[in-house]
Amino acid sequence: MPSAVTQSNPTESPAQQMDIVSDADVVRVRQAVRTLALKAALSIVDQTKIVTAASELARNTLIHGGGGSAQLELVHERERAGVRATFIDSGPGIADIERAMAGGNSTAGGLGLGLSGSRRLVDSFDLKTAAGGTRVTVIKWKR
Amino acid sequence: MSDRVPIIKIGELLLVSIQVDLSDETTVALQEDLSNRIVDTGAHGVIIDISALEIVDSFVGRMLATIASMSRVLDAETVVVGMRPAVAITLAELGLTLGGVRTALNAEKAFDMLRQSARFTPSGDDDAAVAVTGGFDAVGRDAE
Ligand SMILES: Nc1ncnc2c1ncn2[C@@H]1O[C@H](COP(=O)(O)OP(=O)(O)O)[C@@H](O)[C@H]1O
Ligand SMILES: [Mg+2]
Repeated sequence: MPSAVTQSNPTESPAQQMDIVSDADVVRVRQAVRTLALKAALSIVDQTKIVTAASELARNTLIHGGGGSAQLELVHERERAGVRATFIDSGPGIADIERAMAGGNSTAGGLGLGLSGSRRLVDSFDLKTAAGGTRVTVIKWKR
Repeated sequence: MSDRVPIIKIGELLLVSIQVDLSDETTVALQEDLSNRIVDTGAHGVIIDISALEIVDSFVGRMLATIASMSRVLDAETVVVGMRPAVAITLAELGLTLGGVRTALNAEKAFDMLRQSARFTPSGDDDAAVAVTGGFDAVGRDAE
């Protein structure tokens, strides 16, 4: 297997863009992430982890971010494949990041496990948030 | 377009087998439907089969915990069966412990568990059981 780039391989199908504006969209994003996880040949446990993380983050985009979108793609680095999922909204942003990431803190009557929990479930977790919106990118690599 | 998860009554038991990819709306509806059915049927045991669920996230996990404690208040015991190993591992890492939720490997084992609990009469002979739970009608039999 040749090529070793961090970005998605041009021979792969392009990043998939999906709206998250309803409950049903969260389910659809979950299913699309699962399909990619299968393509990346992740183990059953790793598939379950990335799909669960995606479910949490997609729900946050919908509930806290007031809706937005997901960008899903297969990525390659050296010999390994992975799934990258980015969740984007133009909502109010996260006021207190430390508090939100600590776990158990919800501003909306939730369990407050979405952010802290999904971070534990993935290999890479990148959060950017400001008053104009939030962007969370996660990656799960094949082991 | 919200799916509804069917609730099947078998003797004094309610059996819920979740076969759809749960949206939050469907999850909330199941919670409500189940509490209504417990009250309407006077069931003393609930078995929730989640073997078809590929993931349980914090929303569904909370629903399971809520159903377990809600059913207890309504004098019914809930047992969750068939959780996939990968789901159990993921739930733990997510940070959800589901401490108050009884679990069993499969529906048969759950049935045995419930049969052993004092209030459950497998014969489906309601009278004795209803006597034990006297006063619980006060919870109110909501119309619908
Ligand atoms: N996309 C987002 N936009 C704005 N705020 C967010 C976003 N995601 C998370 N948050 C904030 O971070 C908190 C913690 O999120 P999370 O861990 O998923 O818990 P929960 O969703 O149960 O509240 C939320 O209650 C919310 O205040
Ligand atoms: Mg959340």
